[in-house]
Amino acid sequence: MTTDTMIMEVKDFSFTYAGASSPSLKKINLPIEKNKITALIGPSGCGKSTLLRSMNRIHDLYPGNHYEGEIRLYDGDGKGGNILEIKKENDFIKLRQDVGMIFQKPTPFPMSIYDNVAYGLKLAGIKDKSEIQGRVEKALQDAAIWGETKDRLKESAMGLSGGQQQRLCIARAVALKPDVLLFDEPTSALDPISTGAIEELIAELKKDVSIVIVTHNMQQASRLSNYTAFMYLGDLIEYGKTDKIFLNPSVKLTEDYITGRFG
Amino acid sequence: MGGTLFKNFSFFSATLSFFILVGIFAVLFNYAQEALQEFGINFLYGETWEVDEEDEGGIFGGWIPIVGTLLSTLIAMVIAIPLAMGIAIFLTEIAHEKLVKPVSIAIELLAAIPSIIYGMWGLFYFAPIVQSTVGGDGVGLLTAGIVLAIMIIPFMAAITRDAMNTVPPVLKESAYAMGATTFEVVKDVVMPYAKGGIIGSIILALGRALGETMAVAFLIGSVMSIPSRITDPTTSIPVLLANNFAEAQDLEISAMYYLALILFVVSFALISLAKFYFFRKTV
Ligand SMILES: Nc1ncnc2c1ncn2[C@@H]1O[C@H](COP(=O)(O)OP(=O)(O)OP(=O)(O)O)[C@@H](O)[C@H]1O
Ligand SMILES: [Mg+2]
Repeated sequence: MTTDTMIMEVKDFSFTYAGASSPSLKKINLPIEKNKITALIGPSGCGKSTLLRSMNRIHDLYPGNHYEGEIRLYDGDGKGGNILEIKKENDFIKLRQDVGMIFQKPTPFPMSIYDNVAYGLKLAGIKDKSEIQGRVEKALQDAAIWGETKDRLKESAMGLSGGQQQRLCIARAVALKPDVLLFDEPTSALDPISTGAIEELIAELKKDVSIVIVTHNMQQASRLSNYTAFMYLGDLIEYGKTDKIFLNPSVKLTEDYITGRFG
Repeated sequence: MGGTLFKNFSFFSATLSFFILVGIFAVLFNYAQEALQEFGINFLYGETWEVDEEDEGGIFGGWIPIVGTLLSTLIAMVIAIPLAMGIAIFLTEIAHEKLVKPVSIAIELLAAIPSIIYGMWGLFYFAPIVQSTVGGDGVGLLTAGIVLAIMIIPFMAAITRDAMNTVPPVLKESAYAMGATTFEVVKDVVMPYAKGGIIGSIILALGRALGETMAVAFLIGSVMSIPSRITDPTTSIPVLLANNFAEAQDLEISAMYYLALILFVVSFALISLAKFYFFRKTV
């Protein structure tokens, strides 16, 4: 693996929560491939969310966490800055525009459907009304929710169904044209049909963005992802092509987890 | 069966509060009859409050206490709203964990201090400060307004903080994850989400400021004169009622019921207006 196929790279990354006596992540090394879907799997509490939430530094909203190592975000020329060195507010804003995040529960803002998607664009300093309008429409189309919302853009986003809200949140993230999208169990609060729609959407999105997805659903990981990382108790046990991990894992622990012997 | 009983009980309690409201209005209206017939609507503009000792009548007008009540409340709200919001935002979004507890406790304690203590403190400590910095006699509209503000700030801040604490952390996180700053998260997510509670706290504080008697009685000067400057002494409806009730007779008593009725209607109108205005367009 070389840096020009990678969009992000986690190097010897350790993370300890404020006040915790032992680290939640121990010397993790993980590449995130460009325009691919990487799945993070592992039993509850193994550190999947912790790792994901380090990739956009959202942890930093809460003081006192301790971390070391590197997380590099590569640009088109294969040059990569260590996002752990970011200190200035403007650089945080830039990072979060480059690396979007979708949460387990849909989190529409208390505003209209249109404003939910326009919000990030306005934050990014875009003032031109017609540009915003164009990008909102495009994002809603890209998130496969344009048909359901085009006649009710001025209505509150709270009135949408859970699945629609989640696609709205994806549209909101996509509108910023991020390089990476982080999904933390994006379908675990949804019914099977909405789940199917979101999975289709994620598969579609990888044309434009690189995706990291945390999931407890083995079928989802094997169906969707190109690469899979298996984590256990804060360690990254095995990483590789999804087919390889699911059909022929090298480590016994991985096999036990995938075949449902524990977790 | 238990469910029916409970339903009946809550229905009873809910209707009871309505009947109490109507009952109070009816009593005020009834006792105000004499003054209503004597002065009619002109009572609102009358600037005299004079008892005629001979026939136990007199000339009574509510303009000065009405203006005093509205202005002192206005001053208090103008000062209190931004400060209380600031405190609540500081406590929920900015302050370090270690600071939140002590400041919260201090605020809750301040909210529990009886108003007469604010009045005494205001008169002996704060009024001289106002006098030496802004001028005037020390007691007056401005002093009363500021101390009223100090009185309602803790209360408003505490309720607003509770409302802001109900915003799900993940909602704030998702705004930060879009590149929002703390200021933008507060403005676009926290405030709209907590709007109901924030308006509620403002309405309750407004009601308290309009009806506050003790603290204002110490500080507003209690004189029947129209203030021409913000530092001038004047009076307010609750203060006039409290000061005059003991010795009042016949027509004056009725005039005071008229004033009480006005306070009742004004509070009711302001609160309805606030509710209507802020809850009208909810996204
Ligand atoms: N805010 C926190 N403070 C202290 N420890 C935490 C915090 N959040 C998580 N942890 C601990 O860190 C470890 C990893 O948690 P994490 O949430 O990353 O697990 P996860 O793999 O996402 O689990 P799940 O599948 O249940 O979501 C756990 O042991 C957890 O108890
Ligand atoms: Mg998790």
